[in-house]
Amino acid sequence: MYSLSYVKAKSVKEAVAFLARNPEAKLMSGGMTLIPTLKQRLAKPTHLVDIARLAELRGISMNGGKLVVGAATRHQEVASSAVVKKAIPAVAYTASLIGDPQVRNRGTIGGSLANNDPAADYPAAVLGLGATVVTTKRSIAADDFFQGLFATALEEGEVILRVEFPLPKRAAYCKFHHPASGYAMAGVFIAQTAGGVRVAVTGAGPGVFRWKEAEVALSQNFKPAALEGLKLDASGLNTDIHADSEYRANLVRVMAKRALAKLTGKKS
Amino acid sequence: MAKVTIKVNGKNQTRTVEDRTLLVDFLRDELKLTGTHVGCDTSQCGCCTVHVDGRAVKSCSMLAAQAHGANVVTIEGMAKKGKLHPIQRAFSECHGLQCGFCTPGMIMATAGLLKDNPNPTEEEIYQGLEGNLCRCTGYINIVKAVKMSAKLLRGKAR
Repeated sequence: MYSLSYVKAKSVKEAVAFLARNPEAKLMSGGMTLIPTLKQRLAKPTHLVDIARLAELRGISMNGGKLVVGAATRHQEVASSAVVKKAIPAVAYTASLIGDPQVRNRGTIGGSLANNDPAADYPAAVLGLGATVVTTKRSIAADDFFQGLFATALEEGEVILRVEFPLPKRAAYCKFHHPASGYAMAGVFIAQTAGGVRVAVTGAGPGVFRWKEAEVALSQNFKPAALEGLKLDASGLNTDIHADSEYRANLVRVMAKRALAKLTGKKS
Repeated sequence: MAKVTIKVNGKNQTRTVEDRTLLVDFLRDELKLTGTHVGCDTSQCGCCTVHVDGRAVKSCSMLAAQAHGANVVTIEGMAKKGKLHPIQRAFSECHGLQCGFCTPGMIMATAGLLKDNPNPTEEEIYQGLEGNLCRCTGYINIVKAVKMSAKLLRGKAR
């Protein structure tokens, strides 16, 4: 790790002001991606501004019929929260699949979303549920927030405060994880929401995306069989030593069918 | 430089270290608590697992400065008055180790798992130790040791 200065922010306001004065400073939440990145010398910030323990960014609650999760709430807290399990069990389940227990004890939802790793789990839940990312500047709809490989709508100095999840009729997540890294080779989050069926895919492409054809098919027939004839276009999907794009396209369909089977109790 | 005070195994320890100092290096180099191992240094193997404020974390993946004011327990803090912790006893009796390098991390991860889930199924043990690798692949006896640990801690074995 290059030499840097550690700064523990006393408030979000203080963190924002510090970032404005120090353009090469970086926010840190759980640090589960950032610290390994720094250790590989892939980034060289002048300062790390720690916001992980700010009370104003932590906590889980129901507000106005939405599930609200503070940005610095850890994965383990979401996975084990009675409030989350009651409101949207699929969100608790998604959190329980991230990394490993030690990572879940440090990593936070805000950190995961701001990083937007193309194989991360939370982006699938946030996009699949059509959640809203609330920042120091505005509210950003999930459909606008994620912008491909490690890219988001966040501007310089903009800090995620919380995520607001509208409650779906029902939702499920299914992930094929890479056996070594635990990251999704393909993960599919399906939700029946007030605005229709949403299908979000992580791990397969350069960033989380919605599989629109599947959404149309499932709006007509919410059963695994509806996906039988569908084929996700493999062009643009990831190819690496673990799986090529065609394999991943098929894996997405299989994960989608499994998620549906969980929701409907039907295999076909 | 950062002045860091961490309560380690019940005792406050203050050192002035570079801001970039990892918690594991603080423990090993500053406090000479070398029971916490560095296996992969890439957050994968879990050999460096310690407890920070009661939760198992990988001490190679956080800065000492982030643990300022926290309560840290390392493998050295498990035995009390020369008496092995029940999990240590179980790992010893079940021979839950081969070379022993991963053992401190396995024991700290087991303590974390059993705190949340005092009676895990075999599948839950696999998942609970997902963040820890045994390079000897000696998992069979490690899982046995976790099962015995759970029994001991629930007061059901000897």
